[in-house]
Amino acid sequence: MGKPYISTNSIEQLRILRATEPEAVLRVKNLNVKAGDHHILKNINLEIPKNRITVLLGPSGCGKTTLLKCLNKLTDLYRELKVSGNIYIDNDDILNTTASIPDIRQKMGLLSQRPYPLPISIYKNVAYGLKLKGVRDKKLIAFSVEKHLREVGLWEEVKNRLNSPASSLSIGQQQRLCLARGLAVKPSIILADEPTSALDPTSSKIIENLFRDIKKHYTIILVTHVLRQAIRLADHVIFMDDGEIIEEGSPVELFENASTDKLRAYLVDGN
Amino acid sequence: MLEEKFFIRLSALFTYSLIAVLAFIIIVIFYKGFAALNWDMVFKTPRGGYYYGGEGGVLNAITGSLYISIGATLIAVLIGMPAALYLNVQLIRYRRTQNTIRYFLDALWGIPSIVYGAFGFTLMLFFGMNASLLAGIITVALLISPIMVRTFDEVLCTIPKGMHEASLALGSTRTETAFRIMFKQGFPGFITAVLLSFGRGIGDAASVLFTAGYTDNIPVTLDEPAATLPLAIFFQLGSPIPEVRDRAFAASIILTIIILFISIGARLLSKRYSKTNLK
Repeated sequence: MGKPYISTNSIEQLRILRATEPEAVLRVKNLNVKAGDHHILKNINLEIPKNRITVLLGPSGCGKTTLLKCLNKLTDLYRELKVSGNIYIDNDDILNTTASIPDIRQKMGLLSQRPYPLPISIYKNVAYGLKLKGVRDKKLIAFSVEKHLREVGLWEEVKNRLNSPASSLSIGQQQRLCLARGLAVKPSIILADEPTSALDPTSSKIIENLFRDIKKHYTIILVTHVLRQAIRLADHVIFMDDGEIIEEGSPVELFENASTDKLRAYLVDGN
Repeated sequence: MLEEKFFIRLSALFTYSLIAVLAFIIIVIFYKGFAALNWDMVFKTPRGGYYYGGEGGVLNAITGSLYISIGATLIAVLIGMPAALYLNVQLIRYRRTQNTIRYFLDALWGIPSIVYGAFGFTLMLFFGMNASLLAGIITVALLISPIMVRTFDEVLCTIPKGMHEASLALGSTRTETAFRIMFKQGFPGFITAVLLSFGRGIGDAASVLFTAGYTDNIPVTLDEPAATLPLAIFFQLGSPIPEVRDRAFAASIILTIIILFISIGARLLSKRYSKTNLK
């Protein structure tokens, strides 16, 4: 092992944080995903703490993105994927529920690797989810659009061109717009799949700071390959390899005292 | 390096040759038909003996062609647009079914238009109909629907799956995603599909030969026969009278100009409504 990944100060802060462990907002039990003979996720059991940033770490192809897609049922789009097990959100098993899929998905905002603004204006992008929820009051929509654009620090940059196409924004702004759009439907969880991988360092820093700010109100599950980002943001870390959870715990536990060779090797390579 | 230069020049040669062929066709048509083109031809229907060099014009064929191709394009849009969206959104999980449907549509696209004409004619006889505007519209709609679906489908295929997922993740149903997002993002492709279909519809002679019939009058109701420009060109080109043959080229100019106007209009429309699209 090389030098420590986290400063002593940070370790102390994280210990304090750990002492006040929050309740789990999402529980996964015996989750298995298969594609033909390929076992993509193997008996996953985990709990995601509320109002914390949980970082999913692991080499490419280990199943992190598939796990995220299971959480908001986007695996439904892939017929070859056979999903079994239980995923409890608010004590409701979303894999075996009669609740409507759009309602389940609105509980989770999605931020993907590349921002995908919808082919409509900036304003309509943020208002889109609200309209789907049946909100028709124009004042309420306008209030919500401004609130969430402010929340992601985009309001000052776009307030004079809300009717411009969302595609005219820079890629970093597009990613923040996508976050605002997701927040507007009031999700309890934000699924972020390498949200800064396509961004420049400045835009990445803005997104990271946003995550720190909004975790007071939202639970964030972040997939990242950038170890330093994980160290900067994580309250809880899950390390996966080959479809399995190898280690799970606080950043201190995992980054300073990795107990498996796989994680140790990953940390050395990642550093 | 030499190889690279050779292939670049070869590709450029083929590209510009195609443009030259198009230019040559237009030049020949204008050269042979321009002298015969006059306002009477555009604004009058044939008088007695028009096809033997008498007075009149091809207004009957212009309106007939527009009626048939616009009617058929509307039907093809009503069938083709939801079909392409269904193929790309609802059937997204069923790749094998998607590919099978695409295979059948490609086969339908490749069927010669005379076969559609014969099929339309059989249907007409079965339902006891005469050659009419309606029969022409239906036959041409059948001919252009596969073109509409596959052209739009190809554009929808290029839309990133991430956009589809982003829409669903916000709580859209698949139908909302199809009509609000995929259609919007694929709109330029939709315009291209309409344009291609319209162009094929207005320019086809074989499918309307038995189904729409031919008349010197402008059809007022759907059960009246309708003349079309391709058939007007065909009949006039077969004439032994040189003046009438020149009128065939003049009619070709009219057909080309109609397609050109539709093309420019469609492109402007596409540009205007695709400003918000993700590039």
